[in-house]
Amino acid sequence: MIPAQFDYVRPTTLDEAVRALSEGGEDAKVLGGGQSLLPVLRLRLAAPTLLVDLGGIAELRGIREDGDRIAVGAMTTHHDVVHDELLHEHVGLLSDAAATVADPQVRHRGTLGGALSHADPAGDLGAVALALEAEFVLAGPGGRRTVAATEFFLDYFTTALAEDELLTEIRFPRYTGWKHHYEKFNRTAQAWSMVAVAVALKVDGGVISEARVGLTNMGTTPIRASGVEAALVGQPASEDSAKAAAAHATEGTSAPSDADAAADYREHLARVLTGRAVLTAAG
Amino acid sequence: MTVTEQTPAPTTTEVGRARTRKEDARLITGRSRYTDSITPHGTLHMHVVRSPLAHATITSVDTSSALRSPGVLGVYTAADLGVEAVGLPCAWPITPDMKAPQRPLLASRTVHFAGEGVAVVVARSAAAARDAADQVEIDYEPLEPVLDMEAALAEGATLVHPDLGTNENATWVFDSGAAGTGSSVDEAIAAAEADPDSIVVKRRFLQQRLIPAFMEPRSCVVDPTGEQITIWAATQVPHILRTMTTVTLGVPESKLRVIAPDVGGGFGGKIGVLPEEMLCVVLAQKTGKPVKWTETRSESLLAAHHGRDQIQDITITAKKDGTVTGLDVHLLADMGAYLGLVGPGVPILGAFMFNAIYKFPALKFTCTNVFTTKTLTDAYRGAGRPEATFAIERIMDELAVELGRDPMDLRRQNWITHGEFPFTTVVGLTYDSGNYEQATDQAMATFDYAGLRHEQEERRRSGDRIQLGIGISTFTEMCGLAPSRVLGSLDYGAGGWEAASIRMLATGKVEVITGASGHGQGHETAFSQIVADQLGVPYEDVEVLHGDTHVSPKGLDTYGSRSLVVGGIAIVKAAEKVVVKAKKIAAHLLEASEEDLEFSGGNFTVRGTDKGKSIQEIAFAAFMAHDYPEDMEPSLDSDAVYDPENFSFPHGTHLAAMEVDTETGQVRLRKYVCVDDVGTVVNPLIVEGQVHGGLAQGIAQALFEEATYDDQGTLVTGTLVDYTLPSAADLPSFDTAVVSTPATSNPLGVKGVGEAGTIASTPAIVNGVIDALRHLGVTNVEMPTTSQRVWRAIQAAKGNTTQETPTDVHSPGAGLGSIDPNNPQGEVL
Repeated sequence: MIPAQFDYVRPTTLDEAVRALSEGGEDAKVLGGGQSLLPVLRLRLAAPTLLVDLGGIAELRGIREDGDRIAVGAMTTHHDVVHDELLHEHVGLLSDAAATVADPQVRHRGTLGGALSHADPAGDLGAVALALEAEFVLAGPGGRRTVAATEFFLDYFTTALAEDELLTEIRFPRYTGWKHHYEKFNRTAQAWSMVAVAVALKVDGGVISEARVGLTNMGTTPIRASGVEAALVGQPASEDSAKAAAAHATEGTSAPSDADAAADYREHLARVLTGRAVLTAAG
Repeated sequence: MTVTEQTPAPTTTEVGRARTRKEDARLITGRSRYTDSITPHGTLHMHVVRSPLAHATITSVDTSSALRSPGVLGVYTAADLGVEAVGLPCAWPITPDMKAPQRPLLASRTVHFAGEGVAVVVARSAAAARDAADQVEIDYEPLEPVLDMEAALAEGATLVHPDLGTNENATWVFDSGAAGTGSSVDEAIAAAEADPDSIVVKRRFLQQRLIPAFMEPRSCVVDPTGEQITIWAATQVPHILRTMTTVTLGVPESKLRVIAPDVGGGFGGKIGVLPEEMLCVVLAQKTGKPVKWTETRSESLLAAHHGRDQIQDITITAKKDGTVTGLDVHLLADMGAYLGLVGPGVPILGAFMFNAIYKFPALKFTCTNVFTTKTLTDAYRGAGRPEATFAIERIMDELAVELGRDPMDLRRQNWITHGEFPFTTVVGLTYDSGNYEQATDQAMATFDYAGLRHEQEERRRSGDRIQLGIGISTFTEMCGLAPSRVLGSLDYGAGGWEAASIRMLATGKVEVITGASGHGQGHETAFSQIVADQLGVPYEDVEVLHGDTHVSPKGLDTYGSRSLVVGGIAIVKAAEKVVVKAKKIAAHLLEASEEDLEFSGGNFTVRGTDKGKSIQEIAFAAFMAHDYPEDMEPSLDSDAVYDPENFSFPHGTHLAAMEVDTETGQVRLRKYVCVDDVGTVVNPLIVEGQVHGGLAQGIAQALFEEATYDDQGTLVTGTLVDYTLPSAADLPSFDTAVVSTPATSNPLGVKGVGEAGTIASTPAIVNGVIDALRHLGVTNVEMPTTSQRVWRAIQAAKGNTTQETPTDVHSPGAGLGSIDPNNPQGEVL
């Protein structure tokens, strides 16, 4: 498993990284935690000429409060996301989902920004970022820009990031006091999601006042289950509401068919798991 | 684990002791030496350019660009190396008219499976060789792949090897009526069909293709710079590799030294003689330099031999009172594109195990081996016996359902009772010892069989989303390959003996040389315990040497649960000879007659006196050789070659509680209890480890693993993302226990344990899954019983039609999803 030859730089500031990436041209790739890129390189599915390793840039790590948002540096590891108190309190759904990513070794190396930039529709964190209406901060030669989650995920492994841009930060609104659950279904504990459902609910006096629902691996990108959300709002946090809303789970999806699950089975799973996720979150 | 065992003999202080493995401190702290860690000065590196197509004519090979790649010394096809006529050996011609194709080192005109080597690159570094491999341009004219065994045998089928005139390798038959070991199955079936008080049950079971997936990829280093050619190889069989290298390439055996250094698992997957190993020998001879090859994980999944892959058509006949009267077994076994070293014989090893622990009066076994354009199959943990055990334990459950009987009661009615041992079975094997009642009673008590049956009823009655199933497997296996004469009668190309030597060093330390070749089993520890008892020396004073033909010149290596029951007994025989020699010298030095000496705890004492000498003192005296008897040589060192007279027959009762989520189809193993009888336990910790790992592998066949090909014959499960090995997180804690009825066929009473868990567990799991769903109308779920398959089975039982499942399609997602299955090596396009 030997990758093709490439050059490697490890800048220590974001500006240096942007410059290196820009100078590297179209054959430069960004190395985050390496949990997706390195296997691709070793299998020679890609042969970039330059790797820009973001591991040396301190400003890309860490979780902080920023006004009404919680900002997570792109190079923050899943492990740190799982164990961060601020996120637990204000963005608990992200902590839930990050805890299900692969295995402890991967969670210690893999990063939130890397996973989102890679944009694998079977990845767990895209559906969470989409459902929670996160903002993505991108840095390029022309400066920084902020992209809404709805604009970030474009297709399989394709995002709004330009070739010379880096994801620097993901900013989440506060969901303080919301109930949440990430329901994941896979073949083995370390496997990618066959289907998964991310749910956050605001429950006031036993009634769901707001809902955020995202689906993993039900299309070419993470999917916001708006139909489910609409069906939940104003309803009691009950089993009946969960079941009724879950019937809307496949609206707007285009489930892939593969050896693990053909589309009809995935759709069935999406409905079942949505009901369970809502119930667990509400419970 | 709990151990119920016989009261140890007074001299036994080590056997039975749960010592931690003496080799582990080194292995788990990284002081290991695997083949790939060995790089003699000046080593060149080989990379194999493999066919992406399953079946194709090679129209051109252009190496010019690759030859210009930095660091490259050569790029060769079979013709360039002059090895077109060389064929790798198959040591098991199961029938006199068996059809055997030449298995080349590199494909010359036609490729016969995706992953077959077509050319090799030799370069100064592994990276340079890998880079240049991308530059080798090979043009292919595709041929129709041959993928389905039944279609391959049909009239007019595309032939994998046209010169053989057929895709049938051989058909091997055992008929207890014809052999005189039992009555005729054809008559039993005819009688059952005519008898209203009898029943005939027919089922088809599928044994999916599995990949051994050892941890350490295959690797070899060939150094031609010494007087002998030295081969380091990640192999289970250094001795066989040496002999077969001579057979294949004509290098004199005396000019070959084979070393298996630390080897990271094998499970049968490393008993082959590989084209890559032979190519490294050829290239080392050609270049005069050491040549190394280490495969990648993807190459390993693609080109290392696979296991299982059978279609099993089983007919069982019984009286309606439950008494079994006959078993008819028809197998199709997929050989893949070529014959492995013992590949054709693997299903035949199962022939004698279909009757299992039951008193069948008639059995017929017919197996047709078939060539396809897939990776070849060969031994994988259990080799033939897991397939047999699966079929018999599944059909016993089916028979129980047809008769409305509790599946355990039906088994109890038909098994050999403890008082009936030794028992000669319908296939002519004599089971020496066993106690199925004891193992079963203990397992059922630990499992709370009655309580779980009650819970199952409750869940069925309430229509619980989670249904409970109880899976049973009361298995036996034949271990300790094998009596040489039996192997001869099966046309196997070698004997089954094992060799051992014991060297008593001057300072009292003991070197034990074994022909078994451990690769993770714990040989060093278990053999040290045996020798410590035999010679009465401290455990720490025993050093076990193996895996180097210069150190251990004679041996038949490790497979088929034979290391302890054959290799261990050879060590005992050698130790007995050491004691005989030592006694002579002791008598001489103590000025006593041998008859007056007692040997106990490592000391020779003159009966009735306090005069004595330890065997370690005698070893020093023999070394000094100043004073020893006239009629002997001054040495205690001894050799032994042990050829067993019978197999050994471990058995056990395995019980699985399976929970099935009827909404999603998800299967969860809630509880697993097994009670195994492996005879005398040398080291309970190692036994538990072997059972534990074996269970994980057998359960993985039932729940997780399957090697799949697409309709073009490309391996779809080409990475460990797609070939889903379970991890600890996917399995519960197992409740394992051992009961011991010592084997009567060997002096230690041991039976072998390496394959037990794998053989026993698969049918227990599947029986449990189906038991959970039977009341819903589900009668079968193919392995692995994935959530999707279970869900579709439930839907089908309800009369709902569902989508056809693509077995060969990657979605772009799931990590490495952008892998193109038609480009399994991931060439940059």
